[in-house]
Amino acid sequence: MTDTVLRLIGVTQQYGIGATAVSALSGVDLEVRRGELVAVMGPSGSGKSTLLAIAGGLAIPTTGEVVVEGAYLSEQSPRELARLRRRSLGFVFQDFNLIPTLTALENVTLPLELDGFRMRTARRAGRDALASVGLEDKSSSYPDDLSGGQQQRVAIARAVVGGRRLILADEPTGALDSVTGELVLKMLRARVDAGAAGILVTHEARHAAFADRIVFLRDGRMVDETRRDGAETLLSGRR
Amino acid sequence: MSVRQSLLAILDQGPCYGYQLRAEFDRRTGSTWPLNVGQIYNTLDRLERDGLVEKGDVDEQGHVYWQITDAGAAEVHSWLESPVERGQGTRDELAIKLAVAATLPGVEVADIIQSQRRSSIAHLQELNRAKYAGDDAGGAAGTAGGAEELAWSLVVDSMIFAAEAEVRWLDHSEQRLAMHPDHTMALALSTEKPRRGRPAKAEASHPAESVR
Repeated sequence: MTDTVLRLIGVTQQYGIGATAVSALSGVDLEVRRGELVAVMGPSGSGKSTLLAIAGGLAIPTTGEVVVEGAYLSEQSPRELARLRRRSLGFVFQDFNLIPTLTALENVTLPLELDGFRMRTARRAGRDALASVGLEDKSSSYPDDLSGGQQQRVAIARAVVGGRRLILADEPTGALDSVTGELVLKMLRARVDAGAAGILVTHEARHAAFADRIVFLRDGRMVDETRRDGAETLLSGRR
Repeated sequence: MSVRQSLLAILDQGPCYGYQLRAEFDRRTGSTWPLNVGQIYNTLDRLERDGLVEKGDVDEQGHVYWQITDAGAAEVHSWLESPVERGQGTRDELAIKLAVAATLPGVEVADIIQSQRRSSIAHLQELNRAKYAGDDAGGAAGTAGGAEELAWSLVVDSMIFAAEAEVRWLDHSEQRLAMHPDHTMALALSTEKPRRGRPAKAEASHPAESVR
């Protein structure tokens, strides 16, 4: 099996047609491998969030291909696409997006239950995911009873539950103070080191520095990209 | 000077001999600015001359214990109470380079900014790696390790935030320059000899005016 979890090939996203067409993304090529966290940086309106939406199958590009774990999204039926989204990838948003009437564990297991997993299997996977972000003791807490940092860790657990391999994070620390934000990024990084792949959209250099590679967007174009330097990953130094 | 004040603040905790003082400074600053013993003794001599420390007991190994005086303790107190004034004197090489480059016709300042940004982010990645090397991925930030580790991570954090501030300034500069396409200035050969003293007040033809 290939280690490439996500590929964007010549992805272009246009809004409007003819002379008034606006390109949100132009000819973006990107490959994210297992164990790799790629940060996407750029000013407001540079196409960062559009890129993430397209990578996650939430938006369909005007031209170009998105390949998630070998599956071309353009060839999937809406039903297959929904299943792929449930099984292969997880989103982490700035404002957590947890369901307030569900406990932490129920939030985490929801994608598995929607996918038809048996309750017991789903709960076991959910508890493992919560433990991986250090929240094993919060499984029956409701989002309102958790701090912002804890809620975001629940969101990360939901993103990786059941062996999901692609984490798409859109400014995940935007609503958190700097120390809590750092802890959340460390957890995200640890999940990637444990075998997932991730894209981190951020405008903060301090956070982008948690990534292996950084791509820079300007007006929808990738204007620069740092190379993966081959050094050991962030948290694996002396482990 | 912060080394002098830091040594004094350590002595305020109790008498120390030279090597001990060096070790104490190192472990409280993450060994980021290693001092040699010569510097320590020079500083102690000057502190003694200024009446802030004095020689005390000598142990069996011949270590001379230095102890703080009342004046020294007062100095520590006032150091801790007053903010550190950032000197205006040092030139910021990057700010000068960017400001001048921005005025030069035919120079792509955006490229200069991007290459600097890459370098600053690479530096940030190195700092992050140093900060988290050997860290337990599941541990809470800042809770692992003892006081020495925390002291060290505070120092690394100060470097991380400084590097981040530089990138933010680069982002900001890039956007400002993009909003002002007329920022370059062709080399204007003056027919007048430059005068000594202060430049004349800005005239209507001042380049800053044409930017508006």
